[in-house]
Amino acid sequence: MLWLIVMLHVVAGFAALASARSLRRWGLAVAAVAPLSALVWAATAAPRLLADGGETVTSRFSWATSLGLEAVLRADGFSLIMVLVVTGIGALILAYSTGYFSDGAKAARVGGLLMIFAGAMLCVVLSDHLLLLYVGWELTSITSFFLIGTDHENPKARKAAVHALMVTGAGGLAMLAGFVLLGQQAGTWRLGEILAAPPTSVATSVAIGLILLGAFTKSAQYPFHSWLPDAMAAPTPISAYLHSATMVKAGVYLIARLAPAFAVTIGWWRPVVVTVGLVTMVAGALRASRPTDLKRLLAFGTVSQLGFLVVLFGIGRPEATAAGVAVLVGHALFKAALFLVVGIVDHQAGTRDVTDLPRLGEGWGVTKTVAVISAASMAAVPPFAGFVAKESAYAALVDGSTGDRVVLAGIVFGSILTVAYSLRLAVGLVRPDAIVAVDQRQASPPAPAWSFVAPAVVLASLTVLFGLVPQIWESAVDVAAIALDAQAHAHLALWPGLTEALGLSLLTLAVGIGVFAVRRPIEAVAVRWAPVATGVEIYNGVVDAVLSAAARTTRIVQNGSLATYAAVVLTTASVSTLVAMARGASWPGWPAVGADPTSVVVSSLIVAAAVAATVARRRFAAAILLGAVGYAMALLFVVRGAPDLALTQVAVETLFVVVFLVVLRRLPDRFEHRPSPVGKTVRIAVSVSVGAFVMIGSIAFAGSRTERPVSDQMVEQALPEGYGRNVVNVILVDIRGLDTVGEATVLATAAVGIVALARAGRRREHDDPTPTGDR
Amino acid sequence: MRRSLIFDTTLRLVFDAAVVLSVYLLFAGHNQPGGGFVGGLVAAAALALRFVAGGAEDVQSLLPWSPWGLLSVGLMLVTGSALVPLAFGHPLLDQQAYSWTLPLLGDVHAATATLFDAGIYLVVVSLLLMVVAGLGDEHPVDPAPLDAGDDRRVS
Repeated sequence: MLWLIVMLHVVAGFAALASARSLRRWGLAVAAVAPLSALVWAATAAPRLLADGGETVTSRFSWATSLGLEAVLRADGFSLIMVLVVTGIGALILAYSTGYFSDGAKAARVGGLLMIFAGAMLCVVLSDHLLLLYVGWELTSITSFFLIGTDHENPKARKAAVHALMVTGAGGLAMLAGFVLLGQQAGTWRLGEILAAPPTSVATSVAIGLILLGAFTKSAQYPFHSWLPDAMAAPTPISAYLHSATMVKAGVYLIARLAPAFAVTIGWWRPVVVTVGLVTMVAGALRASRPTDLKRLLAFGTVSQLGFLVVLFGIGRPEATAAGVAVLVGHALFKAALFLVVGIVDHQAGTRDVTDLPRLGEGWGVTKTVAVISAASMAAVPPFAGFVAKESAYAALVDGSTGDRVVLAGIVFGSILTVAYSLRLAVGLVRPDAIVAVDQRQASPPAPAWSFVAPAVVLASLTVLFGLVPQIWESAVDVAAIALDAQAHAHLALWPGLTEALGLSLLTLAVGIGVFAVRRPIEAVAVRWAPVATGVEIYNGVVDAVLSAAARTTRIVQNGSLATYAAVVLTTASVSTLVAMARGASWPGWPAVGADPTSVVVSSLIVAAAVAATVARRRFAAAILLGAVGYAMALLFVVRGAPDLALTQVAVETLFVVVFLVVLRRLPDRFEHRPSPVGKTVRIAVSVSVGAFVMIGSIAFAGSRTERPVSDQMVEQALPEGYGRNVVNVILVDIRGLDTVGEATVLATAAVGIVALARAGRRREHDDPTPTGDR
Repeated sequence: MRRSLIFDTTLRLVFDAAVVLSVYLLFAGHNQPGGGFVGGLVAAAALALRFVAGGAEDVQSLLPWSPWGLLSVGLMLVTGSALVPLAFGHPLLDQQAYSWTLPLLGDVHAATATLFDAGIYLVVVSLLLMVVAGLGDEHPVDPAPLDAGDDRRVS
């Protein structure tokens, strides 16, 4: 069943993509089949999953069981919450896309990609197998790349797409290494089994470090956050879905899964994860207090909130984990709604920059209300879901140790800044003239259609409902928290009583409003901080460094001299093998040279021709002498009784000489360029060492046989198995036929390469821009 | 390059014989010295001699097919004869041998390996044709040596 749901998203996504041109806007309806069916499934499965003890649903598809490769999906309470977020918001986003995109085909294409993404994301949150999780993870990165680059004519969008792919892809690779290490240490790929009995070795610690790197990049934690604000180049439905509600939560999801097991067994987990989260939370909130572009403001707000989630889950204690689940749900609701509202404003008014924004008048009431409710939830104002969630987070930490209190102080500081930027957003939307000078004569942009606002209204209503009646979601959050940590229990209440946590909440709000009132100094701090290390600069620096290092390496390694290439390859091969042989090869003794007079004569011929070739002044003579070496070799094969080898050698040699003649027509008659004495010495040294290697090697290799040669068996089998009496041929076409297939492919590739190179060279030579064409 | 009468005449005698020899080597290869690779090399050498004597046009006028076509047919024969046994439930590259008694020719043996070998033959021949297409350019007679410092390409 779980597999069906995941695959349904992928199939619906591709169907929408394929039919985008013909169905246009209706393609979104095709795509919507998937999240709607998933929601129905979740509704029917919820009672079982939410029952006491948190039953799980598994669905398995065995592939290569001997390698431990099986595709196992497993839904527990926490997965269910994630599934609900992914599919529920997915359905709303598809509905919203019908109003957002004016081009129906584009809407269907984006909708299709969004559903493929949703399939991958469901794979991440449902997978119980590390490698399967990784596959889903990377697929979300790739679909995110395509989605950010939706407006591919825009160079900024392309750059942002690459930026996101580079950062999350690099983190993903580190994570893969971590997964492999972890799987080896635990002896199983099953996430559930690993978490039940976490390994404790040093290698596990390294593995977790690598996995965290992947989680941090995906969830935009400092210093890897910079791709997320850049990703706002994507159309708003995509930003609302991937870059606030779902994909960026993948890293948080993974930390939430691992924390209860590894926060205890790995000593550095808590300090590192919590510090990264706190820095992200505070720095993101500071950066969010600056931009006038509302979407950018929301992006930094998301970075900050992701930091908050990482802190809560990273602590790895039951109460904090339960609070984390609540904050995650609350955040998905209000942040998606805010993105949708900013998208509506952007769509109707043509700008989302506070400084250009006209006052929103007639018909904008509902939109404004949604914005205010969601911003209030973000600032944790009662009675909204965000308040209930943050209250539980404060309560989880308030009774803890000194360390917890330090963390709590950090969270309160971050939350104060959150209140400030939430106010900035709400005021910017509702009364922009309060923050910046607004041209009063500007007319109010046309009010959005009700269907365009409806998805945001749904989200805002849930925010209100969850705030007023926390009991609705308390049990779901409770089961989700239990799925992560058996001791966890969620306590969600609108009125917790006169507790220290409530006091902190009120303090946060009061100070936050104050900070907004005197925001200039804060903005000044943010400006002063900015040059220290903006993530984009770090990213650009790294990319530039890699590119220039690659260019430098290429200049050294690929310097264009054939002699250098040959010298490097041959010297490496011969010297390294000679050294290895000197350490441990047994020397069988010199072979009896004088035993076969014919061989001696032929060999002398070879040596003579080879020496003559080295001193030849004319190219033509050198080519012929090299050919003579080859023909004499063939003679040697005949003498030693290998006619097949001799035949091949003769044919190769003939072709070699003829091709040489072809090439020689284009080269000077004589070798004008004589190497310098130093160069000559080097050449002689290389040649002698290669010659010595070949000679010593062939004696030593032939003499160090310990097993019965395979060729005996081949000779026996040639006729009965390969139906041929020529063993050499049977080996080529049958026994080692696969090698021959490979070699034929190499030949074909070489042929194509020769034509391509010759054409490229000729074009440059004649400086002729028009292609020479097929001849 | 001037055309040499001796070279041309000798070539006319040798070329057809070399092509026949190459085909013989291809078919004989399974039981006697030879095979697709050697056969292809012999044919390629013969074609290369034609190239030296008559230039690229001469070689290309000999064959109605483009080198690209030959290359792809050869590759398809190689991979196809490797893959077809799979379709019949045999292992990859499995061979079959057949024998018939025909009038005039007597006993004839054929193995599917010959198809595989023919593919190799074609790949080798087309490699040379590609070299001819690549190197044999619109100036079949080289007017003057290229720049003198260029000899490290072959030295």
